[in-house]
Amino acid sequence: MASESRLYRWFNRRGWSDIVLAAPYVWLLVFFLIPFLIVVGMSVATRTPTAPPFGYGGENPLLNFEGYHRLFTDDLYIRAFVTSLVNAAVAMVLCLAIGYPMALGLTKVDTGWRNILLMLVILPFWTSFLLRVYAWMGLMGKNSWFNNLLTGGWNWLVPQDWAVTSIPMMYSNFAVVLVMVYTYLPFMILPLYANLERLDPTLDEAAMDLGTKPFGVFWDVTLPQSIPGIIAGGMLVFIPAAGELVIPTLVGDASSPMIGRVISDEFSQARDWPMASAVAVVLLVLMVGPTMLYSHYQARAVGADDPK
Amino acid sequence: MPKDAAPPPLIRVENVSKSFGTFQAVKNVSLTIDKGEIFALLGGSGCGKTTLLRMLAGFEETTGGKIFIDGQDMTGVPPWERPVHMMFQSYALFPHMTVEKNVGYGLKHEPMTAAQRQDRVREMLDLVQLTPFATRKPHQISGGQRQRVALARALARQPKLLLLDEPLAALDKKLREHTQFELMSIQERTGVTFIVVTHDQEEAMTLADRIAVMDRGEVKQIGPPGDVYEFPNSRFVAGFIGSITALEAVVEAIDGVRTRLAVPALGGPVQARSVAGLSVGQTVTVAIRPEKLAISRAPQTGDNVFEGEVKDLAYFGKDSLYRITMPSGALISVHAVNARRSAEGERVVDWYDKVWLSFDPTSAIILTA
Ligand SMILES: Nc1ncnc2c1ncn2[C@@H]1O[C@H](COP(=O)(O)OP(=O)(O)OP(=O)(O)O)[C@@H](O)[C@H]1O
Ligand SMILES: [Mg+2]
Repeated sequence: MASESRLYRWFNRRGWSDIVLAAPYVWLLVFFLIPFLIVVGMSVATRTPTAPPFGYGGENPLLNFEGYHRLFTDDLYIRAFVTSLVNAAVAMVLCLAIGYPMALGLTKVDTGWRNILLMLVILPFWTSFLLRVYAWMGLMGKNSWFNNLLTGGWNWLVPQDWAVTSIPMMYSNFAVVLVMVYTYLPFMILPLYANLERLDPTLDEAAMDLGTKPFGVFWDVTLPQSIPGIIAGGMLVFIPAAGELVIPTLVGDASSPMIGRVISDEFSQARDWPMASAVAVVLLVLMVGPTMLYSHYQARAVGADDPK
Repeated sequence: MPKDAAPPPLIRVENVSKSFGTFQAVKNVSLTIDKGEIFALLGGSGCGKTTLLRMLAGFEETTGGKIFIDGQDMTGVPPWERPVHMMFQSYALFPHMTVEKNVGYGLKHEPMTAAQRQDRVREMLDLVQLTPFATRKPHQISGGQRQRVALARALARQPKLLLLDEPLAALDKKLREHTQFELMSIQERTGVTFIVVTHDQEEAMTLADRIAVMDRGEVKQIGPPGDVYEFPNSRFVAGFIGSITALEAVVEAIDGVRTRLAVPALGGPVQARSVAGLSVGQTVTVAIRPEKLAISRAPQTGDNVFEGEVKDLAYFGKDSLYRITMPSGALISVHAVNARRSAEGERVVDWYDKVWLSFDPTSAIILTA
């Protein structure tokens, strides 16, 4: 009885707040850190013909870094990383270029329209992602109306001897970036919109009042205040785009695969789990770097709250 | 042309109106403001003060009438080209810039060297006593300091006209009183014309050279604080500025400067100063301010003397507020300074005392509107 009431008292004092505070850490531990450690463990194992196809020790050193070694020497992996990062970066920049004006426009229309337009931004998610990629494959194909339209436009613009019968779009990095931009655009628009919508419109008026023309107001007032939104949107596009598997598999150039494809192939085709794990670990480190930078930057911005 | 003709007014607002859809926020407002004046726009919430200010700053187009600043028609002139700066009610400081950058923001459009710009910023920070806070961000300073940053920012480019929308509303009472005088001294030193919006009549009286009292989009009266207080031209203005007892009356006789009114609430005739355009038999309002009434326990005789009973009193030390019930049942407020210290045992006016009220004929205001 005594111990029960002690427990009860402890709970009342700090139990609930501790549990609530701990929840996200438990979540991260169970669903991120432990799986990640398993992958790290696998990445230093040795490939075996057993099931599961890896083990430790035997003729090989207990910790086998061969995967990492191959990764930095075999240019297949390096090329895949470069392709992934470049494709993701291009997709991110294009999403920003298209998404920023859209997000800004959303904040300018009145609320009735705004809700409809926001709905339209999210609407594509109601259709299966795979279906939408297949639709793009149809559009980009040699005899589609879309391709014919672009071909017609091209032939009309350029001199006769540059004319083509169709534009080769499929199975290229162009196709990958195009479909990624299409797929990830909402992930850019939504955080940007949330950021821009919070900005105080009287700041724009104050800048105009002090002699700045509307474009200058955007540059001086809106853009600097939307940097957190740009960073958030950029990461939400860049990180999944860099690890993207389905889009490059379906519309990409098989001769220069992206890193997601490499991981998948190592796992299922080559059954080289340690190699696949090593690639995954390096990819994660590459992705975590910018994330840490971002939170560092944010912490600094918040830390600026207390005057020094 | 007379030799000492007054200089043309800096601001001329001619029959300006503003409608939002079918709602008229500002109705046919005309006023002129001279260079170097502090002009207050006073009125209740939603009466169109901010809208009028925003039309002066160029954020709203007028739907009728014209605004001239320094003789120049402002129709179609965008905010960034007007020689007018505004201090916003919320201050609207740029959160991502330091105090210094905020103050210097408008100067980047001036043909100045970087050094000149820096000097000007320093001068402004000095003026509002914020030099030690130059490198802070707006969220790192207090509300009163933010208000001063906003003022310095608006003054940095030396506007011809500064618009202040409820500049002191966000400050607590003590800071507000202090800042009122600071604003006046800054205005004096810079010579910039100020238009101050406020719904606080005391603030308007303290700050302004002239006041425009607004009601539902219309300007009811314009004049120096003393005029607006002592010679209100309507029931609205009389009631809005200071407190007043307004009673219904009928004109009985007009005799030059005196008009005799029948005031049923007081139970007798009232002698008041005549105003133009009265006719015998006309129904008017007679209004009298509480501090213009004398209260006495000793019986009085003569004109404008009325008997009543103390229903309520509030003692504030230096003065007292009484509510007197008249035989008709009407309640009259009296505000009296406690000029004499009551000797021991001597009775001052107390609850349920019979008292005599009296006032000078010039203190009774006849209102026809
Ligand atoms: N953009 C707008 N659209 C429609 N109505 C408006 C708009 N701006 C102001 N109004 C209306 O015009 C009237 C005057 O508004 P204004 O902001 O000028 O009042 P105010 O005198 O400044 O009041 P307060 O003392 O509360 O600030 C109000 O009834 C307001 O609802
Ligand atoms: Mg207002």
